[in-house]
Amino acid sequence: MALLEIEKLNVSIKGTPILRDVGLGVDAGEVLGVVGESGSGKSMTAMAIMQLLPVGTEWNGAVRLGGKALETFSEKDMCALRGNEIGMVFQEPMTALNPVQTIGDQVAETILVHSGKSRREARRIAREALNRVGLPEDRFPLDRYPHDLSGGQRQRVVIAMAIALRPKLLIADEPTTALDVTTQAQILKLLKKLVDEDGMGMILITHDLAVVADMADHIAIMKDGEVVEAGDTVTLFREMKHPYTRSLFEASNHVPSRNPVNVPGRGKPVIEVSGVVRDYPLPRRSLFSAPGHFRAVDHVSLAIGRGENVGLVGESGCGKSTLTRAILALDPVQSGEIKLDGGVFSTHGHGPDRDMRRRVQVVFQDPYSSFNPRHRVDRLIAEPFFLLDEQPDREERHRRINEALVNVGLQPSDAHKYIHEFSGGQRQRIAIARALIIEPSLIVLDEAVSALDVSIRAQILDLLADLSDRLAISYLFISHDLSVVRAITDRVLVMKSGKVVEEGLTEDVFRNPRHPYTKELLAATPVLDEALKAREARAAASGLGASS
Amino acid sequence: MLPYMIKRLVSLTISLMAASLVIFFVIEVVPGDPASFMLGLNASPETVAALRDSLGLNAPAPMRYWQWITGLVQGEFGISYTYKVPVSELIADRFWVSMPLSVYALMLSTAIAFPVGVIAAARRNSPTDVSIMGVTQLGVAVPNFWFAMLLVLLFSITLRWFSAGGFPGWEAGFFACMKALTLPAIALALPQASILARVMRSSLLDTLGEDFVRTARAKGLTRRQALWRHALRNALIPVLTIIGLQFSFLLAGAIIIENVFFLPGLGRLVFQSITQRDLIVVKSVIFLLVFAVILVTFIVDVTYAIVDPRLRRARA
Repeated sequence: MALLEIEKLNVSIKGTPILRDVGLGVDAGEVLGVVGESGSGKSMTAMAIMQLLPVGTEWNGAVRLGGKALETFSEKDMCALRGNEIGMVFQEPMTALNPVQTIGDQVAETILVHSGKSRREARRIAREALNRVGLPEDRFPLDRYPHDLSGGQRQRVVIAMAIALRPKLLIADEPTTALDVTTQAQILKLLKKLVDEDGMGMILITHDLAVVADMADHIAIMKDGEVVEAGDTVTLFREMKHPYTRSLFEASNHVPSRNPVNVPGRGKPVIEVSGVVRDYPLPRRSLFSAPGHFRAVDHVSLAIGRGENVGLVGESGCGKSTLTRAILALDPVQSGEIKLDGGVFSTHGHGPDRDMRRRVQVVFQDPYSSFNPRHRVDRLIAEPFFLLDEQPDREERHRRINEALVNVGLQPSDAHKYIHEFSGGQRQRIAIARALIIEPSLIVLDEAVSALDVSIRAQILDLLADLSDRLAISYLFISHDLSVVRAITDRVLVMKSGKVVEEGLTEDVFRNPRHPYTKELLAATPVLDEALKAREARAAASGLGASS
Repeated sequence: MLPYMIKRLVSLTISLMAASLVIFFVIEVVPGDPASFMLGLNASPETVAALRDSLGLNAPAPMRYWQWITGLVQGEFGISYTYKVPVSELIADRFWVSMPLSVYALMLSTAIAFPVGVIAAARRNSPTDVSIMGVTQLGVAVPNFWFAMLLVLLFSITLRWFSAGGFPGWEAGFFACMKALTLPAIALALPQASILARVMRSSLLDTLGEDFVRTARAKGLTRRQALWRHALRNALIPVLTIIGLQFSFLLAGAIIIENVFFLPGLGRLVFQSITQRDLIVVKSVIFLLVFAVILVTFIVDVTYAIVDPRLRRARA
């Protein structure tokens, strides 16, 4: 009998169906990967198991945990079950912990709520749980507050809370999506170790096929509230019976085809950054000492030619955002020089004028919060016009708005709509249209596809490649996602602690990384094909072992 | 924690110095001659000159400012022009009416607002919540002096439980005084409690939607436990801000209520001194009120740090 069995689970919110006839099963000691894009209902399935659905949600179906029918459980029974027999880990470690309680108290609370143990005993068990997740006592005493910890460390605390009572089932909802690749690798390894040690069943919810291929024994693919395909990991990926599985697979490995047209001046340097330094002041250590500073960007140089796409990768805190802000002239530089189209763009004590500013545009990560919701699309994308000395007249304005919209694959009629009428992918197209409209020399793409689903991401990458081919626009493509950088860029720079540690043609760097940090980054990046091969090799080895 | 407090104390001192300068210049330097102000339009130039002399107004302004400040520090506020008694005495008497009244009103409003706000948030969109929101809306809208008159009509004139006004003095005993302050405190507290309850509710609703409350529920806490143990303390910061503002308002802004109930408080003193152009009293009382407001702000800042560990590390 399976540890968890879900049959014909239906969930609806105010009459709108969210989940339809979902059926899943997890065995003890096994990992089930639930994969899908946003809105596919994968998180809702997890919340239905926990019975923590939003107010106004109706559900029916069978959810059995170790033979117990949870659909018959009262709220009180569920409270006794949550945290005790089912632990849960969430996506966003930065906000998942109570900021005003120590980590010790928060882990101990799980134990106190479920057992009659004394506070002392609960703290002892909490200590053990924190040790198990790799937060040793000497560096992480119980009285630390969450704000002292990094994202990965906080996620470890959340995991400690979830496994403190050694539950039978652990649900991890996108546990590593908000983390850097090396941290992701560590957290996944930890989860795997805990599953093996405790014989837990685990449901791993993710949008990342490579992660799931590495971690899960079985996979369920969800789309629009339904499980479209389920099965053993290797078989599922090797056969890919359902067209949606196939399209997900293709989208996540998508490399846009390039076909650059000959534009005069292609390859001529657009932006030249030389020896740029950005310091942040630190608080004074005492009243009389001079304030120290933190060097976020340390003598960085780079150059991008016309029509060239350059990637900038590195983990959070490496200085890539600070460098971006300096290139956008949002922050002054302390030393060094940035040249644009041969003229001085920004140096110490000197920023660009309006005309220069116009020629560098940016597309940000979050398509939901980077637009004013009260303006129509035409006004939103025509916003950069104020950087022009001569405002275009009505007709010209109209023409250019239409052109920008058509360029990014939207309709001229979309100009009169509001931003909430568009999906995430369409919004990102509008953000690109806004950057394009005044014909910049350089577009900075700051994690511009990181928040998008794989299928949408593939479309946006195609669009970017097409624009670069046709219009010879240069991109500085900043991302923590190495596979995307590999797909779209010609050259790549790897940044660590404010310095560029490796630079070269993208394919060369990915094939033959020279710097140990680049090697570490690449090793930590999950790759679907390799994960599958490793899995098959393991299966073959154990099969041999069984037969011999 | 200590560096944080020192930083707050330094900023408190700077605010006080700035405030004293502003008060001094607005009252003594900017609007012309205080002596002719005090003596009125028909005074002869000789009388004005004599008064200027006796008030020490002929000394240069920085000198007079210095004398005023050093006097304040030593508790010497000067002699009131109209009452002919030391200003410090005048203020002390009134202070011991206004201060207890404010504290009383604040305690009442907090005691009402906290549970009401929490209940409304815990039962969001229920009939209880809707009626609480309705009543507090009314409470915010009703002017407190009108409400005070209704209280007098009901409790003093019809039921005869409380006297309609006046203050017996602290010699009459604690309970007699508190009784005299009860109706004014209620009149002050109810509108404030309405505001505070609404702030409490919305702040708590915000925190209840936070990820860490979901984490708490996933640990097996009931809705109620998650609210009390995790949401409440995080919801307190905006509530504390409002409490601090309300206390400052109560101390200085009770003028109308003090008038309705014939209470000899600071508000009434300022009001009377202004009409009588007793500028030396005005100046000192205003400074005292500013001091009280800044002190309350300091206390609120320290409370923030107690509630939120992130603030304990002083940031530059």
